[in-house]
Amino acid sequence: MVEKVTIGSVVKNPGNTTNNKTGGWRSFKPIMDLKICIRCGQCYTFCPEPAIMPKMDGENVLEYVIDYDFCKGCGICMEVCNKKAITMVPESK
Amino acid sequence: MRKLLKGNEAVAYGAKLCRPQVISAYPITPQTVMVEKLADFVADGELDCEYIKIESEHSALSSCVGASGAGVRVFTATSSQGLALMHEIMWVASGMRLPIVMGVANRALSAPINIWCDTSDVMAERDSGWIQLYAADNQEALDSVIMLFKVSEDKRVLLPSLVTIDGFVLSHTYEGVDIPDQDTVDKFLPPYKPEHAFLDPSKPMSLGTLGTPATYMESRKQVEDAMRASYDVVKEVMADFAKHFGRKYEVVEKYMCDDAEIVIIALGSSSGTGKVVVNELRKKGKKVGLARIALYRPFPVKEIAEIAKKAKVLAIVERAQSYGHTGPVYADVAAVLAENGIKTLLLDFIAGLGGRDIVKTHFEKVVEESEKALKGGKAEKPIQWLGLKEELL
Repeated sequence: MVEKVTIGSVVKNPGNTTNNKTGGWRSFKPIMDLKICIRCGQCYTFCPEPAIMPKMDGENVLEYVIDYDFCKGCGICMEVCNKKAITMVPESK
Repeated sequence: MRKLLKGNEAVAYGAKLCRPQVISAYPITPQTVMVEKLADFVADGELDCEYIKIESEHSALSSCVGASGAGVRVFTATSSQGLALMHEIMWVASGMRLPIVMGVANRALSAPINIWCDTSDVMAERDSGWIQLYAADNQEALDSVIMLFKVSEDKRVLLPSLVTIDGFVLSHTYEGVDIPDQDTVDKFLPPYKPEHAFLDPSKPMSLGTLGTPATYMESRKQVEDAMRASYDVVKEVMADFAKHFGRKYEVVEKYMCDDAEIVIIALGSSSGTGKVVVNELRKKGKKVGLARIALYRPFPVKEIAEIAKKAKVLAIVERAQSYGHTGPVYADVAAVLAENGIKTLLLDFIAGLGGRDIVKTHFEKVVEESEKALKGGKAEKPIQWLGLKEELL
């Protein structure tokens, strides 16, 4: 579908970058071991996207969930994890 | 109301009459009074406007982009290094099609530091997609601000624009200026009604986002098309301005060009001196004329081609240089000649850089050199610097 450029190239449906699934850029995929994870939140704090978001139960964090649609596999979550609960695994696996 | 105004004050009054809702500007010689006067108007309650104080010209134009993007009428002003500091945002403003109006007191660019008159600052922005008007006197300065808001906000245009006045020569010199009355300006220039860009939480939009190789060229062609469309709009607005205020402006002011063999092309206040010399030489029987370019972007191709066809020599007197080639006006005029297959002789005279006065003897030299070229059938010295002190080199 071809749309014409708008006046001033204004984007009339903001947030449409979510249509671009950057997960396809990954070479390495973070895998979280929820048995080791202490829910400190560092991975969520440092993820640049953020592609890690908390799953809440009221005010408590049940767990952190990685959104693989947008995770680009930068490995920062693994670097900052205090308990080494995250490992980077090649996408090919 | 008629008042004795400096050019800076004239621009400030022009802006005030247009009821801008946001002004964001930073002072720099020789523009300072433009923005100080507007600050006075706001402080004294004469202008209901949000005056955003920022720490640099880069921030000034950025604030203007934000405000104009939010959907309000915006004004700013600067000179020289300040305009250069705005440089990256100039393209942003035109790319976003924001009808920002700016007053400039044109001044030389450093280095060396020079606070005096030439057009290097505005010429350096001629590629940016801003409409440019060069005023020859303080009345035209005031009137141009009003005309530019109407041009910029026209839905066929939606481009930023600037009017420039010669630094110190016009900005700091007093002339009798007619200040139009507010009611007539309100009738001529209704409030800005943004359609393509405005801040409304119920209709969210993103401005200034990415334009990949897949679409950037089309976004920019749109800016070019708007620029081209603005030429007719400028002429319409000039005619409409004459109806409302009784003063008629032209995109190119022609002075005794019709039967002239030699036509001097000049911009801004130096054209006044040129006209005096034209009068004197006419008394001696010389067929000389002067064409003053008021609308510089979009370039008045039609008018320049017409003048070029009738004349035998075009002698450009300009206050800027594109280092390593010719002055910018020469290059722009040469393009018109080339486009139209016009063989008229073209001479370039670089003069008045860094505030060196352009005087009558300079124009006399221009005509002398033009006559030499005419006799020889070619421009032996196509580019000359007028009034250069060879002993200093």
